[in-house]
Parts: sequence; C-alpha cells; structure tokens
Amino acid sequence: MAVSEYIVRTKDLCRYYVMGSTEVRALDDVALDVRRGEYLSIMGPSGSGKSTLFNMIGGLDKPTKGTVFINEVDMAQLTASELAFLRCRTIGYIFQTFNLIPVMTALENVTLPMVFAGLSTDQALDKGMDLLRTVGLGDRHDHKPTELSGGQQQRVATARALANDPDIILADEPTGNLDLRTGKEIITLLKRMNEEKKVTVISATHDLKMIDVSDRVVWIRDGKIERIEERKDIEVRVGVMEGEEE
Amino acid sequence: MARTLERIPSKRGIQKQIKLPWSRALQMTRENIFVRLGRSAITASGIFLGIAFLCAVLFAAAAARLQAKINFEKLGVEPPQSDLQARIIWLAGMSLLVATVGIVNSMLMSVTERYKEIGTMKCLGALDSFIVRLFLLEAGLLGILASLAGAILGAGAMMLMYARQIGWRGVIASWGETAVELAKWAVPLWAAILLGIAVGGMLSVMAALYPAWRAAKMPPAAALRSEF
Repeated sequence: MAVSEYIVRTKDLCRYYVMGSTEVRALDDVALDVRRGEYLSIMGPSGSGKSTLFNMIGGLDKPTKGTVFINEVDMAQLTASELAFLRCRTIGYIFQTFNLIPVMTALENVTLPMVFAGLSTDQALDKGMDLLRTVGLGDRHDHKPTELSGGQQQRVATARALANDPDIILADEPTGNLDLRTGKEIITLLKRMNEEKKVTVISATHDLKMIDVSDRVVWIRDGKIERIEERKDIEVRVGVMEGEEE
Repeated sequence: MARTLERIPSKRGIQKQIKLPWSRALQMTRENIFVRLGRSAITASGIFLGIAFLCAVLFAAAAARLQAKINFEKLGVEPPQSDLQARIIWLAGMSLLVATVGIVNSMLMSVTERYKEIGTMKCLGALDSFIVRLFLLEAGLLGILASLAGAILGAGAMMLMYARQIGWRGVIASWGETAVELAKWAVPLWAAILLGIAVGGMLSVMAALYPAWRAAKMPPAAALRSEF
C-alpha cells in the first residue's frame, strides 16, 4: 500500500459544545492536511480552537461532525484497543503541564510507554537511558518529577513522547509553562527530533518563537482556519529581551 | 479489525498487542501505596479497625467456649447459650460493611485526585482494563495489609487480656477452639481469623470496583483538563 504524503488529514471537522441554550463552535469546518515529516505549528489566540484541534488529531476527544484520518485510517472507525495502540505506537504527546507520573522516576516515566508496547525490561531500560541522554538528562534518570525543574520535566516528557518511535509528536503549548530560555531549548530540541528522527511535529501554541522552526504555520481563529503560510513567506522580527541573550 | 491496523505502519513491522505485565503492575501499585502513605492509611483505616474488632470478638467467643467446656468438665456446669457471642459477631460483620462504604469513598477520592495521571496513561496507550487492574490491585493489597494488621491488633490485644484470666496455656488452646458456627461448620479460631483477613481483602476490592470503572471510562481530554 502506497504510503500517503499526508500523515494527518481532517475533513469538515466540527466540534460543538452546547452550553445551556447557546452552541459554542470550538471548531467549525476545519480541513487540514499535514505532510509527513513536516513541522507544523497551529497558532491562534486563547479560545481559538487550537487545543480542540489538538484533541481531535490526537484522538483524545470525539468530533461532533467530520473525520480525522491518521495515515489514511479513519479514527472514528477504530476500536478502543486500536485507539490505544495508536496512542502507544504512532503518536507521542507533549503537554503544557508536562503530565509526568509523580510517583515514578524520570527513567520509569520514559519507559512506561515501552512497557505497554511489550518491550522487555532490559530493552526498555537501554532505550530509555538512550533517550534521556539525547535530551541531555542522562545523569538525572533516577530523579522524580518534583526534583526536576520545569524545563527538565518537559525534556523528560519529550523523551517519553519518543519512547516507541512514533510517526507523529503532538505538542499542546509545550513552552506555555516555561521561561524564555527554557522555551527556546525545548523548541530547539523538538526541531532536532524532527530533523534527526524524521518525526512529524504538530504543535498547538501561541508562542511566536515556534514560528522560526516551523515548515508551515496554520493560523486559527474562532474555530476556523484563517490562513496557512509556508515559513519562507513569513517575516519574523522578534525584539531582543534584556538579560536573556546567550 | 486487523485490516485497519496494518495500515498504521509500525516502524518495527511487528504488530504486538498492548500489555501491562503483572510484575510491572504490582510494582506500580506498591509505589502508589507507599509514596502516598497518608492517603493509603486513611483508606485502609476503616478495614483495619473493622477487622480488629471482628478478630477481637472471634477470640472472645473462642475463649468463652473453651472456658465453658472446662467448667462443664470440672464442675458439671452447663455451658451457657452462645447466642450473645453470635450476635456480637454479626455486629462485627455489620461494622465491616460500614468500613467498606468508607473504602468506596476513599477510593473515589483517590481516583479523582489522579484523573490527570489516568488521562496521561491513556495517552501513553494504556487500555481501560489496565486502569481498572491498577486500582483493584491497590485496593486489594491495601485491604490485605490492613486486615493483617487489624487481625494482629485485635487478636493480640485479646490474647494479652485473656492471658491474665486463663493463663497462656488457655490462650494457646483457644486458637483451636470453635469461634463461630457457619452453616453447621464449627470454625476453629485460627481458621476464622484467616477467613476474616480474606474477607477484608475481598471487601476492599469490591469497594474499588465502581471507582476504578469510573476512572477507566473517562475520555482522556476530560481527564487531562482536571485541576489536580
């Protein structure tokens, strides 16, 4: 079967919430095609629907209308176990609030998806340590999340997202809880993973620092896509912040 | 539906099912219990006290029966009706049911506190059954540990008390004496205590069924939105 050029496709995607007597259209007729291997940023102000779109693509929530295709597979047709398989092997998630399991060490957090995927303990530990070294935390593998800074936790979360060599990394506001320098580090890390491991990165964010590393930027507002721009067509002028320059 | 799975290319090319090995589940359960020791203690305290009460009452019943036998042999005194003892044992059983309700509440609280964790695990590929398994294991383990501790406290305290009345020989002999009659079967004390501990563990698991099911059924987006 020919591998599709598009790893994610949405068609007529709608997500409505009924609140009392009003209907809130979080997503209204969204059609988005994500190319394999690209770094895509979904940008928009608060409440624009980018997190909702993130949830739809990641299979975390069901759309009211429309379809999401991952590798040309309709997500709505998947059973619960197939969906779990997808989340385990095909998609890696990164969240604004890191979402590491607090009772587990960094290494245990990174290897948990590998346990679900059926890896043996030895294989999992080796691979986990490898990933932690890739994100620069090889020496903190036995620290619990409370013993790590925000940036370090997000790096562990990134390593965890890569645990089972996914095709897609979905990041929801990955730099939302981080300061300027740490945010830049995470963005650089994500771009490196995108280039080295050929993972498609889809990031929902309102951090303008993300624009520079993206291949394409999708601007979303009030549940609708305003425009989609290629990186080369965007002129970025970011001011210099005092005290943070390297 | 294997057909659709094949179209999700796996870089390894081998389709493996998702699994949670029991050894890992047990390890996670142990961590969950001991890292949140305070919460675990509260969850377990109801069963602990209930089983302690039950075992104390069972011991007293066995000791009383032993005493009655000795009196009858020595003095020809008729053994008194054991109605009162039976009623007290039923009372202990009722108190265990109250403790079970307490466990349901505690486990519900525990599940609510961990919604985010559960949502995250589902994002990592956990099946609903894994979540249920983890919570039931936790409740079961807590229940057995609490029942064991309760049995030691309840029976132990009674042994110390009765040692003064009937001596240590009498105390040891009580363990072989009938503690309670269950459907025509005269249950010796040692068996009754073990049964009590098993019942404590079972009640804990049953109490956790509803909260665990609730936890597993939540869609990840809703779970991750939690504030905890």
